[in-house]
Amino acid sequence: MSTLTSTDRALHDFAAQVGAEDPIAVEGNRTRWHLGGPLDELARLVEAPTGIVDYQPSEMVVTVRAGTTVAELHETLAAAGQTSALPDRGGTVGGAVAVGENRLDRLGRGSARDAVLQVRYVSAEGEIVTGGGPVVKNVSGFNLPKLIVGSLGTLGLIAEVVLRTNPLPPVQRWIRAERVDPRDIRDALLRPGAVLWDGTSSWALVEGHEVDVDAEVDKLATLADIADVDGPPELPPHRWFLSPQGAAHVDTMTDGAFIASIGVGTVWAEEPPQPAEPDPVAAQIAERTKRLFDPSGRLNPGRRAGA
Amino acid sequence: MPLFRSTREPIDPLVADLTAALDADRVRADGAQRSLAAHDASVFDGGIAGPVCFPETTEEVQAIMRIAEQHGSAVVPRGAGTGLAGGAIPLGRPVVVSTGRMNKVLSVDTDNRIAWVQPGVINLDLSKKLRPKGFHFAPDPSSQQVCTLGGNVANNSGGPHCLAYGVTDAHVVSLEVVLPDGQVAVLGGAEDETPGLDLRGAFVGSEGTLGIATKIGVRITPNAPAVRTLLLSFATVRDAAQTVSDIIAAGVVPAALEVMDQRMTVAVENYVAAGYPTDAAAVLLAEVEGLDGGVEIDAARIEELGRANSATDVRLAGSEKERAALWKGRKTAFGAVAQIAPDYYLHDTVVPRARLADILEQIYEITDRHEVTVMNVFHAGDGNLHPLLVFDAREQGTLERVHAAGAEILRASLAAGGVLSGEHGIGVEKQAYMDELFSPADLDHQNRLRQAFDPACRANPGKVLPMGHSCADIQALREMPTGVWG
Ligand SMILES: Cc1cc2nc3c(=O)[nH]c(=O)nc-3n(C[C@H](O)[C@H](O)[C@H](O)COP(=O)(O)OP(=O)(O)OC[C@H]3O[C@@H](n4cnc5c(N)ncnc54)[C@H](O)[C@@H]3O)c2cc1C
Ligand SMILES: Cc1cc2nc3c(=O)[nH]c(=O)nc-3n(C[C@H](O)[C@H](O)[C@H](O)COP(=O)(O)OP(=O)(O)OC[C@H]3O[C@@H](n4cnc5c(N)ncnc54)[C@H](O)[C@@H]3O)c2cc1C
Repeated sequence: MSTLTSTDRALHDFAAQVGAEDPIAVEGNRTRWHLGGPLDELARLVEAPTGIVDYQPSEMVVTVRAGTTVAELHETLAAAGQTSALPDRGGTVGGAVAVGENRLDRLGRGSARDAVLQVRYVSAEGEIVTGGGPVVKNVSGFNLPKLIVGSLGTLGLIAEVVLRTNPLPPVQRWIRAERVDPRDIRDALLRPGAVLWDGTSSWALVEGHEVDVDAEVDKLATLADIADVDGPPELPPHRWFLSPQGAAHVDTMTDGAFIASIGVGTVWAEEPPQPAEPDPVAAQIAERTKRLFDPSGRLNPGRRAGA
Repeated sequence: MPLFRSTREPIDPLVADLTAALDADRVRADGAQRSLAAHDASVFDGGIAGPVCFPETTEEVQAIMRIAEQHGSAVVPRGAGTGLAGGAIPLGRPVVVSTGRMNKVLSVDTDNRIAWVQPGVINLDLSKKLRPKGFHFAPDPSSQQVCTLGGNVANNSGGPHCLAYGVTDAHVVSLEVVLPDGQVAVLGGAEDETPGLDLRGAFVGSEGTLGIATKIGVRITPNAPAVRTLLLSFATVRDAAQTVSDIIAAGVVPAALEVMDQRMTVAVENYVAAGYPTDAAAVLLAEVEGLDGGVEIDAARIEELGRANSATDVRLAGSEKERAALWKGRKTAFGAVAQIAPDYYLHDTVVPRARLADILEQIYEITDRHEVTVMNVFHAGDGNLHPLLVFDAREQGTLERVHAAGAEILRASLAAGGVLSGEHGIGVEKQAYMDELFSPADLDHQNRLRQAFDPACRANPGKVLPMGHSCADIQALREMPTGVWG
């Protein structure tokens, strides 16, 4: 019958370990462990299964178990000239999906949310649930992957995902630019991988075919004083979520150090963000979602997505 | 207000309340308007519509929702009615909410690269409005001259140029939604990431079952300075399909990769004379966009891969006029079919790209066996098949044969590791097949998502989830339209 019912032993073992009774959370590599509030100390910790299950470079999809590190995944993908939209900052695939943050080069690689084509998670009832599908385009039913990405393990414990992969551009060049409005850089480049700004200097990831990259860098040279650099600047620890225009004016909002992602809106800052004011009706839907998916509140107790 | 019409037919209290909230000419309960709202572009017989409302503001949509709730009525959102899965077909005499009068582009914010629109804005009208500013809205369904942004959001629609840019989902940043209880929720925003659950993402593709989108924020995409469009001809469909796989495997990300089989190119040539060869078994329409240097390299690579797969001809569109003609042929393909037979059923499944050639062979075999004519035109780059079964419904037994062939094509796609729909949705068309793709636990969780938005199951009930799941199961829906398949 169901073509998506998993026959994978590792997943069934994980489901058995999760069970259906006690408070529980998945421990990844703890790189975002404190997000969403303190974990209830009664919670039992489990680890998600590991391993790359299937990778077809010509299909541009990869099936990977959630406990695998993003680094290991990206090493495998890079061997075929590809990567994924998940951030590689020392964490696991399941952690990255549960957290749902985008990469620094989000303009070039796309968002983590759009990368998750299918998700398999263990529900509060201890069952394996599959949402989405293993192909690059799919509108068969409600979009459970979208709900799970960024849910911080509060709706289901992620066991395995199918991710969209993307080709690595033939050439990638990091450029540092001085004496220029970073928005002019954003507007000058057709498809930059990233444009960053610290209030004084700007950085651009220029990528694509070599001829195009050369032409784009020449264009930047007419706008600013530029130099090739090894990579992006170090990122401060806190993340702010602003609009693209908001990020371009973040210098008026903080005295601390920051790196703003121009054209995206995300800002990494020394100071923690102002608490967001969620839409009250959307918050009600989110609460109902949590109650329907986890009636006893056993999944990642104490934590809340967006808290 | 008179309680009786001249015919002495009592005014329905639901209609009276709706009329008081809107005005008389924007609440239509007459037979003509209700029968228009009973159908969409799918092959299914229509449902039975209740009153049809034409709100102009979010507040009016809220009022309609609240009145419907008081009267125990369901509500069905309706855009242009071009849906192919029966999503807008009214089941159980619901209030139909047409977005036809919510058709304004509210603002175009080029700084944030977001356009704010009402849901009834027509897809192509938005891109036309953006063109002078150097932008466009990337999803370009073939129905873009008529379909609405609200319908695009509800069906997560795609189009030929979604290969490189992603389907509607990737372009929607924010939604203002009126929930079935009349409350307004704002999901997402101009921020790239908003903390908390991605309810915006959950709403896109929900086929009108979670509420009505009343304001939509979409990303706008800068127009690329350089474009190359190639037309490759092949002696077999398999060669065309293999070329598609090879292009993707080579790391080229074309803006579009569309395949048409010979029956389709012949029909298109008879219809608009787009310049397609009619002697090739299949043609591949490939387009690359970007900067001058790169598109030259990518176009050369596509030609090389086509020749390696025995392309019989490779033609580069030499002018904007030639390019426009090639695309006109592709986008009017469905219109071209009307000259062949009065009815068509446009199918929609997705398979892994490597299985395209095998599945196409099976599709020809299945349709031959059921004595149904099939033509193929599809989004090959993402494995999204659109077998088009043409027939004359007046011939006895034809509809049953089309049905049987359609079901076999669906099962063949699932067996190849594919899914039920790539862009048209489930609606009522594929509801009965959902449990061939998903387990009971999977469907139960989909139903929980639905209930989080609509606990009372009043938004477009009877769609998407198969019978047996609470929202599909309410008593009023026993009044199913006749002729629904499955
Ligand atoms: C210095 C630094 C910089 C960073 N920069 C970025 C950045 O620029 N962009 C970015 O996107 N990310 C960034 N990250 C975040 C991070 O690397 C990813 O989000 C990461 O992959 C989290 O994985 P983890 O295994 O460490 O998760 P953990 O920290 O172990 O877990 C995070 C949360 O997810 C839950 N969880 C983990 N695995 C699962 C699972 N399988 N199922 C359900 N719930 C689960 C945990 O219970 C916990 O609540 C950064 C982290 C650090 C430390
Ligand atoms: C000739 C032809 C070619 C087509 N080509 C393509 C194609 O290339 N790609 C593709 O993806 N589709 C295609 N379609 C299908 C169809 O055009 C799309 O699904 C389109 O997005 C539907 O828009 P609509 O305004 O007609 O919606 P409708 O048919 O009116 O409604 C579709 C669904 O959306 C819901 N809905 C409408 N408005 C709202 C709202 N504001 N809020 C919530 N729910 C709402 C309805 O309840 C219904 O479930 C084609 C159809 C035809 C007839």
